[in-house]
Amino acid sequence: MEIDKITQQVLDVIDEEGFKQEGAYNLRQNGYALCHGDTEHIKIKKRTDGHQGIDVYISSEAKDETVHIPVVVTNSGVTDLVYNDFYVEDGASVTIVAGCGIHNSGCNDSRHDGVHSFHIGKGANVTYTEKHYGAGEGTGARILNPVTNIYLKEDAVFTLDTAQIEGVDSTDRKTHVELLEGAKIIVTERLMTHDKQTAVSDMDVVLAGTGSSAQIISRSVAKGESVQSFHPKAIGNAGCHAHIQCDSIIMEKAKVASIPEINANHIDAAIIHEAAIGRINNDQMMKLQTLGLSEEEAEKVIVEAFLN
Amino acid sequence: MLKAKNLSFSVTEEGKTRKIIDDISFEVKPGEMLVITGPNGSGKSTLVKLLMGIEKASQGSIVLDGGEVSDMSINERAKAGMGYAFQQPPRFKGMTVKKLLAIAAGGSLSETSCCDLLSGVGLCAREYLNRQVDDTLSGGEMKRIEIATVLAGKHKICLFDEPEAGIDLWSFSMLVKQFEKIHREKKESIIVISHQEKLINMADRIMLLKGGKIEKIGTRDEVSKDLFAGGGFFGCNKAE
Repeated sequence: MEIDKITQQVLDVIDEEGFKQEGAYNLRQNGYALCHGDTEHIKIKKRTDGHQGIDVYISSEAKDETVHIPVVVTNSGVTDLVYNDFYVEDGASVTIVAGCGIHNSGCNDSRHDGVHSFHIGKGANVTYTEKHYGAGEGTGARILNPVTNIYLKEDAVFTLDTAQIEGVDSTDRKTHVELLEGAKIIVTERLMTHDKQTAVSDMDVVLAGTGSSAQIISRSVAKGESVQSFHPKAIGNAGCHAHIQCDSIIMEKAKVASIPEINANHIDAAIIHEAAIGRINNDQMMKLQTLGLSEEEAEKVIVEAFLN
Repeated sequence: MLKAKNLSFSVTEEGKTRKIIDDISFEVKPGEMLVITGPNGSGKSTLVKLLMGIEKASQGSIVLDGGEVSDMSINERAKAGMGYAFQQPPRFKGMTVKKLLAIAAGGSLSETSCCDLLSGVGLCAREYLNRQVDDTLSGGEMKRIEIATVLAGKHKICLFDEPEAGIDLWSFSMLVKQFEKIHREKKESIIVISHQEKLINMADRIMLLKGGKIEKIGTRDEVSKDLFAGGGFFGCNKAE
């Protein structure tokens, strides 16, 4: 399947590994599945429940395999609601490279709402990377509202690496995680807003099983007149460990709110939350200037490293 | 190499003006090592900050290699050949040691060169390359990485603000070797703020600062009488 230039440019940004029509993949463009491929251990099927989207079945035989499922919106005025479910069998080991990019050159809003549900079997190990990106010279907004539901069975491990790079005018992110005994989730959320963009991120992590653990790191940079709001919530219903860390750099006239919530419903639940919001440290700027960087260069390096 | 002429710096606190640096003039020759010492609050750190442009002198001029740098920004002075090591180096969330050293070297640096720099300041190199320059590093580790960032660049003159503070004795010995290297092999000029006798003994000249003024400047023999005035040395650990 030939991919047009703009779609390829967006793919190059949202899929760092480089999207190829090889192995297991599904490319969705402007509300339609453009092309897809299966492997012996990873099967992708169109949903049959009336919703748009795919079901991805990953067998326990899958070891260190990768599936790419990018979404690209290049038509102005598109509203795309898609449901993708992932069924990962016990003991599988897989990397899922997702991501959504909107290139809006028109005056109408383009919007993608992706609802992803992950059903992870016992002892399976899943890495899910997701990049969100907006581009295009149009006045229409680029809107991305991801919903991510993650259900981890015993001893499953899920690494969620999510990043909103730039150009997304509005995002409302909902993440819900449930962990059974010994299951572990590691979340790294990176988000940058600029101009008059808005971002809301709500995350619920329910630690239901003994020995379950969660490590959630959220880093954001708010520039211009953008507004961000974070509401991470950890609920410990068993002997568990959770550590939530939210750090934000605020610049210019931006506004950032971080509203942590931790709930312990078991005597052996150990939950920690740290949150910090502040401007770029002046000493950091001066240090980089003593190494020869201008103020603008120093600021760029600090922001890039922070979101790294 | 570097000439400071009639440098002054004042602060205003509660409506009263206080001179931190009071009409200081001195020169550092090419390849010379000058150690600045003196009691706490004498203006040592402020003086080197003025030289690097971190603080702005209220009066006076600074000339590097015949060119006036007084009105230059910090990064312009860095590009003109001045290096500076902070007494309390800042931490950077997300920045790896390798990345910071690469910036210090002007953009890129091989892994081997990074390792050499870190080994030179007493760090087990490969363990540190991909570590972040953040709260996970101790004060001593931060200090040694800070010195490595200065060693990574090419300078006409390097300024070090109490490089020995916060590092252990073994690493201090490594540090002394690095200063010897800069001084003897690279033949770069160095200004070091220090209370350590080993560094003072290495110096070509010593500046004793008191109350924002130069009390004495000269070779160790010329200054030693003033250094040990009253039977004590300013902050020096004699066990060293």
